[in-house]
Amino acid sequence: MVLQSKSQDLITCRTLVHFYVAVLQKFLHSIHSFLSLSNSMAASTSSTTACKTHPNLITAPLSKPYSSRLPFKFRKFNSRATAPSSISCTLARDSAAAGLRMDSQSANGSLAGLPRPDSFGRYGKYGGKYVPETLMHALTELETAFHALAHDEDFQTELNGILKDYVGRETPLYFAERLTEHYKRPNGEGPHIYLKREDLNHTGAHKINNAVAQALLAKKLGKKRIIAETGAGQHGVATATVCARFGLQCIIYMGAQDMERQALNVFRMRLLGAEVRGVHAGTATLKDATSEAIRDWVTNVETTHYILGSVAGPHPYPMMVRDFHKVIGRETRKQALEKWGGKPDVLVACVGGGSNAMGLFHEFVEDKDVRLIGVEAAGFGLDSGKHAATLTKGDVGVLHGAMSYLLQDEDGQIIEPHSISAGLDYPGVGPEHSFLKDLGRAEYYSITDDEALEAFKRLSRLEGIIPALETSHALAYLEKLCPTLPDGTKVVLNCSGRGDKDVHTAIKHLKV
Amino acid sequence: MASSLKSATGVLQVKSPQSPLLCRSPAQKSTLSFKKFTPMASLTTTNTTVGLSKTFIKLKEQGKVALIPYITAGDPDLSVTAEALKVLDSCGSDIIELGVPYSDPLADGPVIQAAATRALARGTNLNSILAMLKEVIPKLSCPIALFTYYNPILKRGVGEFMSIIKDVGVHGLVVPDVPLEETDTLRKEALKNNIELVLLTTPTTPMERMKAIAEASEGFLYLVSSIGVTGARASVNERVPALLKEIKEATSKPVAVGFGISKPEQAKQVAGWGADGVIVGSAMVKLLGDAKTPEEGLKELAIFTKSLKSALL
Repeated sequence: MVLQSKSQDLITCRTLVHFYVAVLQKFLHSIHSFLSLSNSMAASTSSTTACKTHPNLITAPLSKPYSSRLPFKFRKFNSRATAPSSISCTLARDSAAAGLRMDSQSANGSLAGLPRPDSFGRYGKYGGKYVPETLMHALTELETAFHALAHDEDFQTELNGILKDYVGRETPLYFAERLTEHYKRPNGEGPHIYLKREDLNHTGAHKINNAVAQALLAKKLGKKRIIAETGAGQHGVATATVCARFGLQCIIYMGAQDMERQALNVFRMRLLGAEVRGVHAGTATLKDATSEAIRDWVTNVETTHYILGSVAGPHPYPMMVRDFHKVIGRETRKQALEKWGGKPDVLVACVGGGSNAMGLFHEFVEDKDVRLIGVEAAGFGLDSGKHAATLTKGDVGVLHGAMSYLLQDEDGQIIEPHSISAGLDYPGVGPEHSFLKDLGRAEYYSITDDEALEAFKRLSRLEGIIPALETSHALAYLEKLCPTLPDGTKVVLNCSGRGDKDVHTAIKHLKV
Repeated sequence: MASSLKSATGVLQVKSPQSPLLCRSPAQKSTLSFKKFTPMASLTTTNTTVGLSKTFIKLKEQGKVALIPYITAGDPDLSVTAEALKVLDSCGSDIIELGVPYSDPLADGPVIQAAATRALARGTNLNSILAMLKEVIPKLSCPIALFTYYNPILKRGVGEFMSIIKDVGVHGLVVPDVPLEETDTLRKEALKNNIELVLLTTPTTPMERMKAIAEASEGFLYLVSSIGVTGARASVNERVPALLKEIKEATSKPVAVGFGISKPEQAKQVAGWGADGVIVGSAMVKLLGDAKTPEEGLKELAIFTKSLKSALL
């Protein structure tokens, strides 16, 4: 609710910002020293301690009423600081009382006070719970557990310990020097490109942030059987990994076609002790694997937790998965402050279901001076009919429990998408992305298979980082974006996953 | 295929009511049994067809339990579906649930999923289903409830969808992926168009919620007997009698039990527990799907429906 009041006084003014950055940095530094006993603090804003102490401590002198003698502009850096923990949910409950719906969005596109989501799990008209009645009780139970655990010290401590020591957080914010050089114009000007290295997480992608948290949540719910869907296999591997780590039974649904494309990940999952069930229905890809996972959950709901891998599906998943990934943006804010004493100007991330993008964006959604750019898969091209550019070409409908943009035909049947990247090969998208698109808060573009492959090669050659094909879509968009950006613009691109899993696919297309 | 269909139709037209396909006997629905096969009579029939709740009231007066079969429209194709509807009607069905095939049927097990995939591959769509219904519904004596997922309704527009299904004579609607909280628009538009929107309750539904669902449900309350998707099961969930008791204490609306009922003895068992109706889906769909020819499928459908009807008498 504090956030509501933020908008007016946060006039974008970089000069002022930079002026105060020095003061803030000094202040932060003293907090760091003060907290030097806390490893988790030093390690990561993702840790509970960090999330609880770090922002609050910063905010402390500024908390309501803003009586501090410190400049009010400080709040610019602390707009999320009121969030109590790394898995808290933003305004989910009290928002309904506020009666705010999408229709009430302010003309200037400000999101302050707009519930994301409201008590029905809606982001404007998007989201909700469109599932068979059998699942309604489980969803309610899950939401209750999620809210309770957001304030559970033991849970937070355990989660943060695992994120730090097992997952390897925090991940670096890496200045991609040669990539930056690549986009310099003849006069030497150009944006500065930073990569948020989620590919360095254990299992090689951001997916584990959510998997680890949901596995812990399942344990708290007393559910020992875990199911998950997977496209590229990254979420499946992450889920199989955490199930091995926590001794949970694990069943992964994967499209038969994806199993072929991602044979390495199939082996990994099996090695980790998971049962991988091939799904042959429909296109035998992510959408069908998701449907089958939901059916399994409908059938075994009393014993099973479904670790949904994206910010899609019925409420509370889009909110919960986002909140389990928001550590990405949190760290980015902190690291940006440390590295250049400011915020990123542009955030870029690939969007399939949209979890890595929401994880990065969420922290900055209310910072209107930060551009948010999501990059979808255009497959063979937007006019080819063979793509997965849901936000660009889809229209509103209901799939897998949520209202969002969808690829569908005139009868409302879901169209089979196409992307070279299994992780983006999905006909839907997380409801919050649809909301941000309609509000004009985030921009969404698309990149073809070929453009992604070029970017895949480019980053490998320029930075010695082989990115996932999903990530390569975001990287490819830099080709279009960078020439338009002023000198010195700070671009943070979410390097959501590593590309080793995609080498098999790339071999068929790339001559190297 | 075309010729075999023709012959199937031909058979229907020429056979007497005592044939395996046209199994309506005077004992079952004497007033309609023989008129319904001529166009003139079908008009009469239309006039006597009542909605879902009235059907239950009528049956209750006679001390009968409703037989509610389900089939997927367009599997193997719409001409066979048209014939199947007539067969089901003449063999004693009290309400027929007709599934609109959907690309991602979350609540359905493998049998109905496969049927939907086949139907869609054949080019079945909402318009062709409605065109078929417009022809067939006037010839039926029992009401039709459409079973469809939400997205095709949304795509058409909720209001327009209700008005077009009403125009072809559909009486009821079941939307398995829209729980109570999301039904506001559907209920409003359904009410406006005199479509009875049937809501579902399940073994995982808490008591208070079940009451709210029962309150909002029109036509009847659909009790999903088992935790899971549609499909035949070896036995009916043993929680059903207790669930029925709870529901009966909470509402006076009729309750029909579905999901997992595939045999006459199971239908009889569920009726014995106090259900007002019994819904049989996957078993019907399987008969049509597995049959070597449409005629054979229709014949088996008739025999099966009759056996279910007898079990409920």
